[in-house]
Amino acid sequence: MTADAIPAPLTSACSEVRTAVKSDAVGGVVPSYVAAPASTAEASAVLRAAAELGLAVVPRGGGTRLDWGAPPSRCDLIVETRLMDAVLEHAAGDLVARVQAGVRLDRLAEVLGRADQRLALDPPAGASGTSAGGAPAGGAPAGGTVGGLIAAGVAGPLRLRFGTPRDLLIGITMIRADGTVARAGGKVVKNVAGYDLGKLLAGSSGTLGLLAEATFRLHPRPPAAIYVSLACADAATAAAALLTAAGSALAPSAAELDWPGQDAPLNLAVLLEGDAEGVAERATRMSDLLAGETSVGRLTGLRASSEPPPWWGRAAATGGTAVRIAFWAGQLAGVLRAIRAAGTQAGLDPAVSGSAAAGVVHAALPADAPATAVAQFVTGLRDALGSDSEVEAAVRSATGPRGSVVVLHAPPAVRDTVDLWGPVAAVALMRAIKDQFDPDHRMAPGRFAGGI
Amino acid sequence: MIEQAARAGTDVLIPRLSEICGPANVITDPQELATYECDGLTAHRCSPGLVVLPGSAQQVAEVVRACAGARIPFIARGSGTGLSGGALPRTDGVLIVLSKMRQVLAIDPASRRAVVEPGVTNLAVSKAAEPYGLFYAPDPSSQQICSVGGNVAENSGGAHCLKHGFTVHHVTGLQIVTPQGELTWLGDGTGAAPGYDLVGTFIGSEGTIGIVTKIIVKLTPIPEAVTTLLAAFTTMGAGGAAVSAIIGAGILPAAIEMMDALAIEAAEAAVACRYPEGAGAVLIVELDGPAGDVERETAAVRALCTQAGAYEIRAAHDAAERAAIWVGRKSAFAAVGRISTAYIVQDGVVPRTALPKVLDRIAELSAQSGIRVANVFHAGDGNLHPLVLFDDGDTAMAAAAEEVSGAILDLCIEHGGSITGEHGVGVDKAQYLPKMFEAADLDTMQMVRCAFDPDGLCNPGKIFPTPRLCGEVPGVRRGPHPLVAAGQLEQF
Repeated sequence: MTADAIPAPLTSACSEVRTAVKSDAVGGVVPSYVAAPASTAEASAVLRAAAELGLAVVPRGGGTRLDWGAPPSRCDLIVETRLMDAVLEHAAGDLVARVQAGVRLDRLAEVLGRADQRLALDPPAGASGTSAGGAPAGGAPAGGTVGGLIAAGVAGPLRLRFGTPRDLLIGITMIRADGTVARAGGKVVKNVAGYDLGKLLAGSSGTLGLLAEATFRLHPRPPAAIYVSLACADAATAAAALLTAAGSALAPSAAELDWPGQDAPLNLAVLLEGDAEGVAERATRMSDLLAGETSVGRLTGLRASSEPPPWWGRAAATGGTAVRIAFWAGQLAGVLRAIRAAGTQAGLDPAVSGSAAAGVVHAALPADAPATAVAQFVTGLRDALGSDSEVEAAVRSATGPRGSVVVLHAPPAVRDTVDLWGPVAAVALMRAIKDQFDPDHRMAPGRFAGGI
Repeated sequence: MIEQAARAGTDVLIPRLSEICGPANVITDPQELATYECDGLTAHRCSPGLVVLPGSAQQVAEVVRACAGARIPFIARGSGTGLSGGALPRTDGVLIVLSKMRQVLAIDPASRRAVVEPGVTNLAVSKAAEPYGLFYAPDPSSQQICSVGGNVAENSGGAHCLKHGFTVHHVTGLQIVTPQGELTWLGDGTGAAPGYDLVGTFIGSEGTIGIVTKIIVKLTPIPEAVTTLLAAFTTMGAGGAAVSAIIGAGILPAAIEMMDALAIEAAEAAVACRYPEGAGAVLIVELDGPAGDVERETAAVRALCTQAGAYEIRAAHDAAERAAIWVGRKSAFAAVGRISTAYIVQDGVVPRTALPKVLDRIAELSAQSGIRVANVFHAGDGNLHPLVLFDDGDTAMAAAAEEVSGAILDLCIEHGGSITGEHGVGVDKAQYLPKMFEAADLDTMQMVRCAFDPDGLCNPGKIFPTPRLCGEVPGVRRGPHPLVAAGQLEQF
């Protein structure tokens, strides 16, 4: 199919359709068209037209994480949500907001902030639109959109207390591959009527349909915050300190790690939120707790500040490889050792950071790291975590797999060399779901785990 | 052969199920079968064809495989405390009772995780975690007897879910038996497993897409301090205003519960809870967290309640005092038995801000029909449990009560709420689901069911009033059947 003439079904479905340009490429695959529907009805018409024409579709929000996952096996049409950018309802008294998928996160934060409320998700800004060149002048904000946030399933430091988008998403309107509009959930927090399709859509990378609207549970914005931070010389001490913080009754909102390289100290910070008096009180207690739990001399720079440390919530640099390591938090010390061992073996020195006390860290490698070395690192880490001798045999046999090493994004040479996902449990059930929702495999095909 | 087996009923499975689970664990005696004819919702009854009590995940898998091979429907049951008939048996089906699988398999305090079998009671998880300073947060009011497996099926909440969340927020991995009889893990305990969130999809699916055989739950640090306040108001309106004021002040209590005069009257009759005299409404507010924060929030809530017109406020600071405050609330459902021979418990939800309007309308419905309605509810999240009272000897009155109960659900939908906040749809509300969702919505939901259970044998007839014909998806090569690959790890 050439990009010269836009097929009539597409132009009649949507007033904003153009032929694609090179910078619209997704993982190097240049689409033919870009459509920007302005409503759920228009988006539905676009997907109906795409079904009629047999077009493969990749949804695009702010384009901040379009370089995540594998390149699509086909991509004819990009459906972008930039015109679906209305905050439809902010029921402050109910602590609920209903928004269109294209609403930018910074704008949503501003609207909710007027009522001293927030959506308790703080994803890292992500790559600043490297793949979103087709966006209008000004481009997409670094923070991305609600739809992108949900599709990528990303979370930041607040993951420890509030979880990921799926935990705060209470209702969705989605558009299936054939254009059918479907809703699930609602706008009340407590609701068990019908299957919760929002859970399925969260983190699905656009492979099951286009998200049109989302309803979130909100939280009061805490009036005060204090970051208790310190540095440790060794991983075991850092791990013990982070787990102590997370297991304490001081209700931390986040407990983060930043370890720029194997010869650098490990920076830790614990976030406490609440009213000013309570936060100050808890910060003192948290400082004492951490000082007591870490052996003297291995800990430096213990301080409490209302400002986050400079590394807080920072995403891996763009252009390189970002690996997400998920594990049972109690294994943190072993996981950190395994990351360093795998790095040394591959001749790499990854920067490690993330929500360590919640069992998720990221390892970042520079863009110029040799692809074979990156592949060796990833494989070595998977092997090491898969055979962790510290895991009690009884627990392991009871729980099966206990973690994952996933390459979130990588330069093309790395992407072609390494298995991005590693083992995926229950992949047959995932494929069966994909076949139901998108029988022709036209939604972001090949982008997802298990080749979905 | 398969058709013959179906016609012959469930008896053809007796030899095979006896071989799998031992003859003592296969119940065929009609009188014994009758004890399983309903769950916590006694209005729906049906004696199962057979009951089987497997003792391990492997046995569950083999039982399901035997049922699937004979194309006989199967239904899982935990403790049988469900309130929507989700575990209602079928005469032509096998009831798989998981109450023998009640081991806490592992506790990993550093990871704040536990691995439990589905028959473990909700409270047993918290008890096992207590020595480590941890607890399992979801606490449905039946927590002493309800099972974690049942909680997974229903996505159970509890009084404290306002702050702490539901089952789906506290489960990070499930071992399930697929409707084809294969054991597989969904999620890996991290909450960040690659691929679709099948854990989140499974939780709350009311036993319709598989049977859970192991559960990895999150454990939460036990709060340092807990304060429980009981505030008495002369009117429901004043109590409601207090709720709005508390939420509006940015305070997130662990629980905010409310009872009206009739519910209080019933509780007094049943358990002599000695709530303040003359109360038109009582509010129970529980605050938990770090000691300093709880102390300040308690003072703030007291002040807000007083401003809203509370004429008496009591505070509990230890477990015994707390129990004294909660006893009235916790006994409320059973207590209405003292003032009415029969009653319907509803489970609607409305946006919190719509509560006053909806309560007024419920009062109007009650006045118009002459049917008494006692209101007990989770005020913090707008989850109403109106108790619609009637005399079960009076068929006209029973019908009128049924009508009022339905009208209350209509009210909830009209105000943008839900027909069920925590009890589930089951058989009880399947007919109401189309009032809340359109055909395309229900059709899309059932695609999930078709992916897991294309033959429709796993707890059929629940949730969806009209089953979707799954069939083969035209035009595509299907991936490997779940039978082939489920439970295995594959490399891509």
